[in-house]
Amino acid sequence: MKKWMIILAALFLTGFLLSGSAYAVRKGGTLNFMAPYGGDLSTLDLTKTSRYQDYLVGMNIHRGLYRWDAQNSVPVLDLPESLEISADKKTYTFKLRPNITFHNGRQLVTDDVIWSFTRIATMKPSAPAFRYINMIEGAKDLHEGKISTFTGMKKIDDLTFQIVLTAPIDLSYSLWFPAVVIYPKEEVERLGDAFGTNPVGCGPFKFVKWVKGSEVILEKFDNFYMEGMPYLDKVTYKIMGEAAARDLAFKARELDATIVGAVNYPEYKADPVISKNMIEVAEMFTRLVGMNPDFKPFADKRVRQAINYAIPSDLIIEKILKGKAFPARGYLPSSSPAFDPDGKKYEFNPEKAKALMKEAGYENGFVVERAIGTANKSWGTGIYEAMMPYLKKIGIELKIQQMEGAAMDARIRSSDFDMFIWSLDSGPDSLETMSRWKSDVDVGSGNYVKFKNAEFDKLLDQAAVAETDAEKNELVKKADAIFTEEAPVWFFNYNKAIMAFHPWVHNLSKVAPEMMFQDLTAVWVDETSPRANEK
Amino acid sequence: MFAYAVRRLLQFIPTILAISLIIFILLNVLPGNAALMSRGEQDTGTLTTEDIEEMKRDWGLDKPLWYRYAVYLKGLVTGDLGKSFLRREPVNQLLKERIWPTLKLAMTAMLIAICLGVPLGFYSALRQGRIADTITMIGAVSGVSMPQFWLGLLLMYFVSVKFQLLPPQGYGEGSIKHIVLPAFTLGIGYVGLLARTTRAAVVEILSLDYIRTARAKGLSELLINQKHVMRNALILILTTAGLQFGDLMAQTVIVEKLFSWPGLGSLLVDSIFQRDIPVTQGCILVIISTFLLVNLIVDLLYGVIDPRIRASYK
Repeated sequence: MKKWMIILAALFLTGFLLSGSAYAVRKGGTLNFMAPYGGDLSTLDLTKTSRYQDYLVGMNIHRGLYRWDAQNSVPVLDLPESLEISADKKTYTFKLRPNITFHNGRQLVTDDVIWSFTRIATMKPSAPAFRYINMIEGAKDLHEGKISTFTGMKKIDDLTFQIVLTAPIDLSYSLWFPAVVIYPKEEVERLGDAFGTNPVGCGPFKFVKWVKGSEVILEKFDNFYMEGMPYLDKVTYKIMGEAAARDLAFKARELDATIVGAVNYPEYKADPVISKNMIEVAEMFTRLVGMNPDFKPFADKRVRQAINYAIPSDLIIEKILKGKAFPARGYLPSSSPAFDPDGKKYEFNPEKAKALMKEAGYENGFVVERAIGTANKSWGTGIYEAMMPYLKKIGIELKIQQMEGAAMDARIRSSDFDMFIWSLDSGPDSLETMSRWKSDVDVGSGNYVKFKNAEFDKLLDQAAVAETDAEKNELVKKADAIFTEEAPVWFFNYNKAIMAFHPWVHNLSKVAPEMMFQDLTAVWVDETSPRANEK
Repeated sequence: MFAYAVRRLLQFIPTILAISLIIFILLNVLPGNAALMSRGEQDTGTLTTEDIEEMKRDWGLDKPLWYRYAVYLKGLVTGDLGKSFLRREPVNQLLKERIWPTLKLAMTAMLIAICLGVPLGFYSALRQGRIADTITMIGAVSGVSMPQFWLGLLLMYFVSVKFQLLPPQGYGEGSIKHIVLPAFTLGIGYVGLLARTTRAAVVEILSLDYIRTARAKGLSELLINQKHVMRNALILILTTAGLQFGDLMAQTVIVEKLFSWPGLGSLLVDSIFQRDIPVTQGCILVIISTFLLVNLIVDLLYGVIDPRIRASYK
C-alpha cells in the first residue's frame, strides 16, 4: 500500500511538474504592445535614425553583433557565437553562428557584416549610427571618402571576421545599440529608401505592415537562430503618444502592456491586480537643472552648491512626481556600474545653503532671467515652480521661459540660457556617459554647462585605457564624485521607468538603458489573453 | 458655370503661392535645429558641432533662405514637394498615404454633423420658445464648447473601457467600428454648430412674407417646410458646412493623435515637432488646397440650389 502511495505521489508530482512546464511557456498568440514616444515612427532602417521610437520596434526585426542582456545589465554577443579579443584590446575576432538566416531565407555571412558597417560609414547624409562605429580603423577616412574599403574590417572566412580598433575600448557598449544592425545587401539595394518601410532583417520577427501613424505589425520568424523562439505568433505595436489614451487602451485590454507615467503611477500602484504586474527600473536618464557659468553667480561653485542644498528634491519627487523617480546622487544613475551608493548627496539643508550664498557674496540673492524648460511634467517648468519657494528663501528668483523641445534644444546648444531643466542620457557605458562633461567637449556637442576640470579629465583619460571594467568604473566613479562636488547642475533624479502589463503577459524585462527596448523573443502570453489564439 | 469654376481655379494659384511663401518663412524662422531634428536627435550628447554642420549641408539648410525658397518653388511647380528630412521619403508619397484616412474621418464627421445637426436645428426652430427648443439649444451649445480631447477620452472610457463596445484606438483598415469614436469626437462640435445655424436660418425664414403667403394659400406645413423653408435655409447651412469642412480638416490634428488615426493631422503634428519642414509645408498646402476646393464646390452648389445665384455666374 505504502509503495503504491509513493508511486502515485511520484506520478502526481511528475504530472504536476509536466503540466507546470507546459504552462510555463505557451507558444502562439498576439501581443499588443505600444510605441509610446511622440509621434509616428520615422523609419525601420535603424542605421538612419536615432529615435527610440524607431529602435524599440526595429530591434525585434533586426539583429546586430551584440544585444543588451537585461537580466545582467550588460551587452552580450548576439549574432556571433564566439569572440576573441587581442591582448592590446584592439583586435576583435568574431565567429558568426552558422544558423542565422535573413527573413528572405538567405544565410547571414561575414560579407553582410562588413557591407552593413561600410554602408553606415559611407552613407550620405551621414548615418546617425556612424558614431557607434567611428572607433574602427579606417572608419573616419571611409566616411570622408579618403578610402574606399573598410581597412578595420577583415574577412577571414564566411563566418569569421576581425574588427580592428584605433584605441582599446570596449566595443560591446557601442555595438549593442539597435542602430548597428546587419542587413542583407540585396534587399537594401533592391528597395533603396523604401527599405525603411519594408525592412528585411534576421531578428525574431518579420515585418508585415506599417499603418503610418497608427500601428506596426510583425509576425514570428520561424527560422530565427534561437531554437523554438520567439514564442509569440504576432506583435502589434500601437503608435500611441498620448498617455491618457494609452491608459484607457490598457484598461480596455486593447494594449497588453503600457508604460506608466507619474499621473497614473499612484492609481496603478493601488490597484490590487496591476500592482502585481509592474516592473520598475532606474532608467539611465538623469534629470537635472544645468547652470550656465557665463551667468556670473553660477560661475561660483558655492552658489551652485547652495542651490543643491536649498531644494528638497526628495520631497518634490514624492509630491510632484508621485514617487516615480529615484533621487539623484551624482550624475550616474543607480543602474550604472560606476554608480557610487555612498557618494555625496546634497541633502536638504537651507541653513547651509544660506551660508554658502553669504560666503559667495550673494547674501541678497539674484534674479535668474532665463530659466528655460519644456512643459514636461517630470522635468519641465512645473519643477521650477516647485523649486521657486525654496530658492526664494536664499534670495534667488526665477523667471521661467517655457518652450517646446526642439526650440529648447536649440537654446541649450547655443548657450542661450541661465538655467535649463532637462533629462540627459546617462548610460549604459559609464565612461562614454561622463565624457560629455570633459573640458574639450563643446556646448554644441553636449557639455551644456561648460564644465572644465583638469582632474576630472585626467581620471576619464585613465579610465579609457584601464585594463579591466572594474578599474574603469572605479575611475569613472571618482570622476563623478568630482562632478558632484563641483555641482554644475542641480541633481534632481533618475527616471524610474515603469511598465504595467496584464497578468497574461510573461517575461517582460527591466531594461535599464531604456525600458521600451524590450526584446520580445522570450515574451509569451498565456491562454487568458484575449488574443491568445490570434495569429 | 464652367467658366466661373475655371476662373476660381485660376485664382487658387496666387493664393497658394502667397500661402506657400508665408509657411516657408514661418517654418524657417521657427526656433529649433531642423538638421539636428532630422536625425531624431533630442539629446544624446554624442553629436559634435561638426556633425550638425555636416547635416545642415546635407539638407541644404546652410543655403540662404531665398535660395531655398526658389528651390522649393521650382519643385512645387513640377509637383515635387521634396523629401522628408526625417523619413527620407518623398513628401508626395507620405501625403498620398495620409490624405484618404483624413478625408474619410472628416467626411464621416461632417456626415454625422449634418445628419444630426440639421434635423435638430429644424426641429428646434419649429418648436421655438418651447422646452424642446431650449433643451436642443443647450445641447448644441454644450457640443460646440466641449473640448475634443476631453470628449474623446470620455467616449473612450465609456464606450471602450466600461462597455467594451468599440476599440479605443487604431485604424483597423478603416473599418466602421474603428471610425465611430474619432468621427463622433470630431463631429459633435459641428452638430451643435449646424443645429444653431439651421435653427437661426429656419426661424428667420418662417417669419418672411412668402411663408405667410404660402400658408394663406392653404399649403400644408409639410409642403411649406419642404419647398420653401428647407430650400432657402439650405444656402446658409451649406455655407456653414462648407466653411466648417476646412476647419474640420484642421481639427483632425487633435483627434488623429488621440485615436492613433493614420491621417494628415497626425503627420502634421509630428512634422512640426520634428522640424521636418518639407512635410509640414506639404501637409499645410494640402489642407489649404482642400479648403479652397471645398469652398469652390460649395459656391457651385449655391447655383444648383438657387437659380438667382446661378444667373450671376454668367
